[in-house]
Amino acid sequence: MTVFDPQRRHALALGTGLAASLVVRPGTAATGDLAAAIATFTGGRTPEPGRVRLDISTLVENGNAVPVTLSVDDGIALPQLRSLALFNERNPQRDVARFRFGPASGRAWAATRIRLATSQKLVAVALLEDGSAFSHTVDVVVTLAACIE
Amino acid sequence: MARTLIHVPPSVRRGEPFEVRTTIAHPMETGYRPDENGRVLPRDIVTRLQCTLDGALVFSADLYPAIAANPYVAFQVRAERSGELRITWEGDKGFSQTETVAVRVE
Repeated sequence: MTVFDPQRRHALALGTGLAASLVVRPGTAATGDLAAAIATFTGGRTPEPGRVRLDISTLVENGNAVPVTLSVDDGIALPQLRSLALFNERNPQRDVARFRFGPASGRAWAATRIRLATSQKLVAVALLEDGSAFSHTVDVVVTLAACIE
Repeated sequence: MARTLIHVPPSVRRGEPFEVRTTIAHPMETGYRPDENGRVLPRDIVTRLQCTLDGALVFSADLYPAIAANPYVAFQVRAERSGELRITWEGDKGFSQTETVAVRVE
């Protein structure tokens, strides 16, 4: 068989990727890896506090749907902003959401509703086109956790 | 087809940001919850929301299992002329849905 089969090639690549993700998974699922998840997003840089804002109630009664709002300072023009992301400390997975804004976006502003498994830290990170990063950390207390079971 | 709600002001001012609020009916199964037999339910979430205005990308969101069921995402848009907002949701198990809504600039 000398015929190049793109489907087989694709299947092989997929298999290798899957194996890699299975090996990596346990490490990234451990707690205390919040900084690592943020570093992956920022390309290794530790974000400076400020210039980005995370609005969330610090006392959450129901962790199943918690309103959050992310925004950046007016000093950061839209084209300067590469991405705006939200991370958590103690859910099963660090990532919560990542937002990107095009030129027709009115403002670097986004709101959503998230799940919180327990009381924990939440970190909003703004990554700028020049590679710099800014963050805002909020500690929240959750009285009724999002159901894991 | 999942039920969606998209809220856009009935008319907007030229060049002034306005809020677009979106919701889609979706369980956002996290992939961490066991069913009644103790087997973990496979992940089934909306992974991406994308919004374009007359073909130009306005906003995109990558979503993870920490987003609540029936994902609500709101963002802002600035329009120079009347046009069409096209919002696409994509997710696990080949989920994909697109809705359009008119924007009227006065």
